[in-house]
Amino acid sequence: MKDLNTTGPAPSAEDMKLIKQFLEDTTLFLGPDPEIMQNHDLMERSPDEELAIGQNFDHHMIARIRDRLQSGCDEGYEMVEQMGAAPGAKWGDVITGIYTASGDLALASAGGVLLFSSVVHHPIKFIVKNWMNEPTVGVRDGDGFIHNDSRYGNVHNTDQSMILPIFHEGRLVCWVASTVHEGENGAIEPGGMPSMAESPSDEGLKMSPFKVVENYQIKRDLLTFLQNSVREPKLQLEDMKVKLFACLRIKQRIEETLNTEGPEALVAMLRLTMEDVRTEVKRRLTEWPDMSVQTYIIQDSTLRENCVVKVNCKLTKKGDRLIFDFRGSSPEFTNRATNTILGGLKGMLSQLFLCYIWPDLPRGQAAMAPIEVITDPHSILNCSYDAPNSQSLMSIFTGFTAGQHAVAKFLYSCPEKYTKVHAPTFNMINTFIWGGVSQHGETLGNLCADLNGMGAGATSNRDGEHALAPIFATMADIGEQEVNEEDVPFLQLVSKKMTRDAIAPGKYRGGQGYTMMVATKDSEQWGFMTTAQGAKIPPIQGLFGGYACGTYPLSKVKDVDVYEILQSEPEKFRHSIEEIMNERPFEEASYTTHHMGMGFEISKRGELFMISQGAGAGYGDLLERDPVGVVKDIEEGLISAEVAARLYKVVFDPATLAIDFEATEAAREEERQARIARSMPYAEFVKDWTQPKPPSHLKYFGCWGDDIDTLYMGAPDVTRRADTPKPNYMPHPKDVRIAELEARLANAGIDGGELQ
Amino acid sequence: MKIPMTEYLRIDLETEKWECRVCDHVIAPAEGNYKEGLLVHNRNPQEIHPPVIDPKMYRYTFAPDPDWVRILEFCCPKCGTQVETEYAIPGHPPLWDMQVDVPALKAQWAARGPEMLPDAGPVVAPGRAHSH
Ligand SMILES: [Zn+2]
Repeated sequence: MKDLNTTGPAPSAEDMKLIKQFLEDTTLFLGPDPEIMQNHDLMERSPDEELAIGQNFDHHMIARIRDRLQSGCDEGYEMVEQMGAAPGAKWGDVITGIYTASGDLALASAGGVLLFSSVVHHPIKFIVKNWMNEPTVGVRDGDGFIHNDSRYGNVHNTDQSMILPIFHEGRLVCWVASTVHEGENGAIEPGGMPSMAESPSDEGLKMSPFKVVENYQIKRDLLTFLQNSVREPKLQLEDMKVKLFACLRIKQRIEETLNTEGPEALVAMLRLTMEDVRTEVKRRLTEWPDMSVQTYIIQDSTLRENCVVKVNCKLTKKGDRLIFDFRGSSPEFTNRATNTILGGLKGMLSQLFLCYIWPDLPRGQAAMAPIEVITDPHSILNCSYDAPNSQSLMSIFTGFTAGQHAVAKFLYSCPEKYTKVHAPTFNMINTFIWGGVSQHGETLGNLCADLNGMGAGATSNRDGEHALAPIFATMADIGEQEVNEEDVPFLQLVSKKMTRDAIAPGKYRGGQGYTMMVATKDSEQWGFMTTAQGAKIPPIQGLFGGYACGTYPLSKVKDVDVYEILQSEPEKFRHSIEEIMNERPFEEASYTTHHMGMGFEISKRGELFMISQGAGAGYGDLLERDPVGVVKDIEEGLISAEVAARLYKVVFDPATLAIDFEATEAAREEERQARIARSMPYAEFVKDWTQPKPPSHLKYFGCWGDDIDTLYMGAPDVTRRADTPKPNYMPHPKDVRIAELEARLANAGIDGGELQ
Repeated sequence: MKIPMTEYLRIDLETEKWECRVCDHVIAPAEGNYKEGLLVHNRNPQEIHPPVIDPKMYRYTFAPDPDWVRILEFCCPKCGTQVETEYAIPGHPPLWDMQVDVPALKAQWAARGPEMLPDAGPVVAPGRAHSH
């Protein structure tokens, strides 16, 4: 058979033009564009930018314009935070930014979730490429575009963006955009982040970028369609308006600059800001030692079942290049929601650099632009179009932690640091997502801002702070629970009380997480879900001899109405998970524990759902911890005296907590000798320890050891080539349970067959 | 010149060795895996992260599952300082976590000079350090 590609003359340039035109004219669907979606570097300088930069503006003037517009972005951010209806908006899960005419993010608000805006350049580039010259769409002054589908550039489709082009005398000079974690999006579970999604079709509203505003007015027909697609129609309207007005305020600030300094100065400022940051990042990288650092982080569930999902990271720095190599990480799950698109992972790595490593750099896309990222196709960190990703945070955050852990080992020897060397911060969204009909008869679906209360990692000079901030928004707030309770039919009966002994020990210990106990009160149609990993394996690593956090389960107390008990026998109530679960003070109740992937579950009045936020990692050898710090932790209820004495080898009077320093130093020296005695030389140890394949008792996903070309898919004998995608279906947990029970029936000699 | 690379490890550029910063013990060649010169203990994670709720009553207790994850504790064979930990899946080869380009490190520090050395580090208690 003839090969059409290799016989006959090559098509002429004329023919190629025709073929290209034909393909463009007959494109049936404008899906996510790989050219846009795989690239996070800056666009080429445009002719307009060349021209503007050629005018050689004074650097001080450029800096002055940048500061003015930075304030404009911050002003827009404040507006969204103050006026936004979504709980996420109120607590800072928001960002605003200014993008170049080609779509690169040049400036972002100082507060908020930078991660959002470092993915929004993708949909803007999609609009530039596809809608600008499309006669049925077009881009004009007064237009606004909406977007949420992560496959076109987003973290997950619970975040919605409003994108406005800014024109000056008929010429497009830049874009502004505002993004908010909205919550509700019409997915199979309320709240916008379904862990039950088994395909993108289960994830609710999937907006490719489209025009929803004309002449600065939201188009009512499209608005109604969007409202009709989600559980919170009022929220959809309110926040579209809020984002539009925030964008218009930034537009006003830009226009003030355009009127005083002219469009060239603005265009030059946006471009030079990015180029200068990119150059400075390259310079800073040369200060790092040339080295490769390896680490891995384990996700211990898909949120549906426990299993071992590897996020593998080799970070290499050579000269002025930095390369994140995530090959060997788990294959994507075809029917689980914990996959992420590559842009989400890169956005979070950008967050790592701008919030934890070089917080002095202007916030935008440029800091991440020169940094390289390698992944396997159809892997959990670079998933395909057909894979669900509504719980992408699981992979984005564990990918972030791998990066945070690796980077610390580069920074230690650098003479100039811009932050302290930092152990990993806690990385899971341990909070309650909720939904149903409220005490006011309104349909709601959203979450408690306690996801923002992640414990911070320790640094080279001090303990991590408790419940400090989420890794995705270092300046976000954990919100006022009492304010929230005016709108929702449940109470947090225990809120923001540190969970004792859920620790991350070290010379400097990690900041701790707090307990949350919720119980529905004023609705018969109300439920909760939790979406976090780390109930069997800690989701972080420790640093330089410090320990990671422990693990965090979900506890439930059912067949009880604690509100009745609080009325009739209040002395029975306990204020810690430890006491309630161990003492079981409510006689008739049932007490159970679970992993943190609870699908949406309707709750009855007075049943308790109890979880804890997590601790950041510890730093350094715990035997070096100041004994005074250990006793302070006991006094503050972070650690019990017994655990403190056993781990830290601090000798103190149990009644007064007075420290015997000499005895402590002796006990610690004894422990160092005991370590030497109980440990083995490395070569001898690995002979016994190291196995050629993952253990058969674990469902293991990802590479094993250094062989990154082979990815295990749930069993030691089921693999795929890393570069060759293959479906990876998980059975329904209920089917697994049924099969187990049927096997038991069969073993007992009972025929559980079809006709029985 | 001796370059502090972690809280407890440094590289001596002249001898090209990893050394312990607490007791000066020479650990391993700098171009290799420093872990090969350390001692290892396979720690049950429940000893460090104790169950907060009773493991006799519950499946999930706030303590990691020791069949799913172990803590590899690496310590200096001379002074017993815990240099690094690694939360590892049972049987997973320990990582060569810092693969240093030694010639590049030498060139970098030849250009910098010793006055640029970072000064943070462990508290070196008398008696634990190498006696001079
Ligand atoms: Zn030593």
